[in-house]
Amino acid sequence: MRIPYYPGCTLSTKAKGFDQAARQSFAALGIELAELKTWNCCGATFPLSRDNLLDLAGPVRNLVSAAAEGDKLAVACSTCFNVLKRSNLVMRNEEDKREKINFFIEADYAGSVQVLHLLEILRDEVGWDNLAKAVKKNLADLSVAPYYGCMFLRPPKEMGFDDHENPQILENFIRALGAQVADYPHRAECCGNYIAAFDLETTREMSYLILASARKAGADLIVTSCPLCQFNLDRWQQDLAMKHGGFRPIPVLYDTQLLGIALGLDTTTFDLDKHYVDPRPVLAEKGLI
Amino acid sequence: MAEHETPITRVLIIGAGIAGIQAALDIANSGYEVVLVEKEPSIGGRMLQLSETFPTLDCAQCILTPRTVEAGHHERIRLMTFSEVTDITGDIGHFTVTVQRKPASVNWDVCTGCGLCQEKCPTKVASPFDRAMGKRKAIYTLSPQAVPNKPVIDREACTWFTRGKCRLCEKVCPVHAIDYEQQATTTQVEVGAVIIATGYTLYSLQNLGEYGYGKIPDVVDGLAFERLLSASGPTAGKVRRPSDGKEPKQVVFIQCAGSRAPETAMPYCSKICCMYTAKHAMLYKHRVHDGTAYVFYIDVRAAGKRYEEFYHRATEEDRVIYVRGKVARVFRDGDQVVVWGADTLSGASVEVAADMVVLAPAMVPHPETQRLAEMLGIPANEYGFLLPLDDNILPVETTRPGVFLAGAVTSPKDIPETVAQASAAAAKVLSLFAQWSGVPQAMETPVGAEAS
Amino acid sequence: MRIQLSATKVHNDFIRKVEDMSGQDLLKCYQCGECSAGCPAAFAMDILPNQVIRLLQLGEHEAVLKSKTIWLCAACQQCYTRCPKGVDLSRIMEAVRDLLMLEHGDRIVIEKLPAETLAEFPQQAFISGFRKYTA
Ligand SMILES: Cc1cc2nc3c(=O)[nH]c(=O)nc-3n(C[C@H](O)[C@H](O)[C@H](O)COP(=O)(O)OP(=O)(O)OC[C@H]3O[C@@H](n4cnc5c(N)ncnc54)[C@H](O)[C@@H]3O)c2cc1C
Ligand code: SF4
Ligand code: SF4
Ligand code: SF4
Ligand code: SF4
Ligand code: SF4
Ligand code: SF4
Repeated sequence: MRIPYYPGCTLSTKAKGFDQAARQSFAALGIELAELKTWNCCGATFPLSRDNLLDLAGPVRNLVSAAAEGDKLAVACSTCFNVLKRSNLVMRNEEDKREKINFFIEADYAGSVQVLHLLEILRDEVGWDNLAKAVKKNLADLSVAPYYGCMFLRPPKEMGFDDHENPQILENFIRALGAQVADYPHRAECCGNYIAAFDLETTREMSYLILASARKAGADLIVTSCPLCQFNLDRWQQDLAMKHGGFRPIPVLYDTQLLGIALGLDTTTFDLDKHYVDPRPVLAEKGLI
Repeated sequence: MAEHETPITRVLIIGAGIAGIQAALDIANSGYEVVLVEKEPSIGGRMLQLSETFPTLDCAQCILTPRTVEAGHHERIRLMTFSEVTDITGDIGHFTVTVQRKPASVNWDVCTGCGLCQEKCPTKVASPFDRAMGKRKAIYTLSPQAVPNKPVIDREACTWFTRGKCRLCEKVCPVHAIDYEQQATTTQVEVGAVIIATGYTLYSLQNLGEYGYGKIPDVVDGLAFERLLSASGPTAGKVRRPSDGKEPKQVVFIQCAGSRAPETAMPYCSKICCMYTAKHAMLYKHRVHDGTAYVFYIDVRAAGKRYEEFYHRATEEDRVIYVRGKVARVFRDGDQVVVWGADTLSGASVEVAADMVVLAPAMVPHPETQRLAEMLGIPANEYGFLLPLDDNILPVETTRPGVFLAGAVTSPKDIPETVAQASAAAAKVLSLFAQWSGVPQAMETPVGAEAS
Repeated sequence: MRIQLSATKVHNDFIRKVEDMSGQDLLKCYQCGECSAGCPAAFAMDILPNQVIRLLQLGEHEAVLKSKTIWLCAACQQCYTRCPKGVDLSRIMEAVRDLLMLEHGDRIVIEKLPAETLAEFPQQAFISGFRKYTA
């Protein structure tokens, strides 16, 4: 199976390991993630002002490219996923804006493409049972905290592929890989998003709430599918450990990295060494790398 | 039915909560016959589950029991419990009603209500009457004061029905009343008027994922808390939390759970929950003297007689802490239940690490009421509450002549309002019956004529 | 503190612009506070999210413009997701920010961020930060 794939700017630069792990894992599962021939940055945030149509033109251009290559678009990053999916809904449901945007970018697009997160493809195309069968490593001893953040689930009326207050897709993914799910309350609280650029202290504390509760629930590591969440959660743990006595840093992996590891793939291109909190010791201790 | 036939002066009342019982007694005591149909094995409705009632803190069972007993023994009231109306045809004066009775698996004609079967039955299941706070047996009555006080077998729980084993109750019953073969029976009754009094149920709190109901054992609803407060409840009136049976020292009450939320749940105010929450917080403090009660509210709606004073009593006498803001999230942390709320009065977000959380869910009509409404051709509003002919001046009449409404089936109501409305519906029925019985229509002696 | 209410104040232009840009009806909010109760950044805010709306309802937008809150909103949509009235507060925050920046210029100058931050942040953080903090 071949599915057109949108990597996005962060996965082409700072989060290459996320991208590599995605492509290789899906290849191992028989799915080619075929990078769009042309794509541009999605804008990294869905414009919330009513007449901000120019900001929608960027993401829509990607959808137009995707439509030329198939009827689906696979996305790894949950922020890109949020922006693309919501922009697609605008094109599908809001006639006014559709006309104007099509006019700006000289296209004739009406939201035909199905924007899918990689986890959705695992759930709906591969199936959890088949995924479980493809797993080569024994993760039974690994406790994983799923981290959804905001963009993946909200607003539910638009994102709506899982219960926004009680999501299960990451849990099912972790279980399919054979690992334990660490049940902690803050899996869908915001990590601080872009406010890191404005007020670092606030972002750190927002991340700390999540990290500490995952640790408390006995997690060995956290998985997420957003590079900004990954960064916010990963980057400040040394500072947090100094500030909050007793806090033990916890590695934050991308979902696709854990997938590749479970599938027994060679992890050299996964950039596991680029994380601030090194995940390799715990992975080695559990016999996974 | 021929038109000239005399209309039947007998009424069908569907639902034997306080509304149905009140209307039945009013009509029966005026000399007419009542058929009172109730789907549960015994009568009393929600009020039977309550501990004490606001604003007087009367014991609910104490004020209800005389009425249930009177209805149970009244020579002009025919109780048909464990039954539902499956068909109604005809018109005002001449309705033909089909009532189906579920198989109780007990021959009530010979059962003496001795209770031995319940005592000996080895199968226990979560009791819906106790909101799963406690257990009941597979053969059960709703409460020890049940009217009628005769048991039924829950065929989904009883191991004879599920696994072909046991039959213990049959062995112990001194009068051989157990009848595993009993079938559903259908009865037809003729009546001239109908009152629908099927009451309410609670909004499905599982829909409010942020409150953790159904996932966190120490998050319960208001009715469950009534059961914990009830002397006849699963904890004999002691406040104990479900997870570990400990006495909760900090309890958070959350108002408007599913009410006043057009985008996420029901848009209307459920009207009674401000008052029963004040009552809950108060009764909690009466039972746990060193406990702390917090009430998260948007507004305190206390517009009934002595209701505002009751709320003041909760804050001043019983030291309940009211926090003005709607709760956004409840989650578990170790053995505590953490609540994230806000206090818009001080302009701060608020966190409480509580031992237990009590939600005040929206009142909604029973889903089956919809079927009754369709059968009778009575309109319901978009939430399923039945519509009176005119909300202002015809509050108990319906679009269907001869069919009346009473109690929480039309909108959320407390007991005083329910009872008043039930008596109103009874008066409407009685005025029809009086006309049909040939009671004089004109004034015979001018009032005051003699004095002049 | 005393707020002087007047017809001109409660119907002022700024508020109309906020409503128009955000597509939200400010008077739809009945001040239940659920947005503030669940806001992950509330602990750091000087006024609560519900107070942002309240002040706008009263025409007191100056107080909102001075607040840190509008810059600390992470557009996480938690408030909108749970709001019983369906008010999208994150859109209101964005409209206020945009209007303020249109008049007073950008909130942050990307070039002035510490070099260390620039080197480390994922692209996404800049791009979205740029969108939120510049006009
Ligand atoms: C937690 C809580 C605490 C409360 N505390 C107080 C208080 O302190 N004071 C106060 O004044 N009020 C209180 N109330 C409100 C009170 O419960 C109601 O006002 C009252 O029960 C309404 O009576 P009803 O007869 O209309 O309805 P219900 O009590 O609901 O009775 C309806 C009856 O109809 C039966 N029925 C339903 N459908 C059918 C059918 N299709 N066929 C046959 N029978 C059917 C039901 O089984 C039930 O027996 C409280 C409510 C709650 C939830
Ligand atoms: S036969 Fe059923 S109801 Fe009777 S005692 Fe056994 S389990 Fe209980
Ligand atoms: S033991 Fe027999 S008589 Fe006694 S309550 Fe049970 S069924 Fe009735
Ligand atoms: S009565 Fe009070 S608690 Fe109940 S919905 Fe109305 S305001 Fe909320
Ligand atoms: S006094 Fe009137 S307005 Fe005030 S709470 Fe009572 S009923 Fe409502
Ligand atoms: S949750 Fe909605 S209605 Fe409630 S205060 Fe916030 S914006 Fe207003
Ligand atoms: S969108 Fe902004 S105001 Fe709303 S909850 Fe998130 S951070 Fe708070």
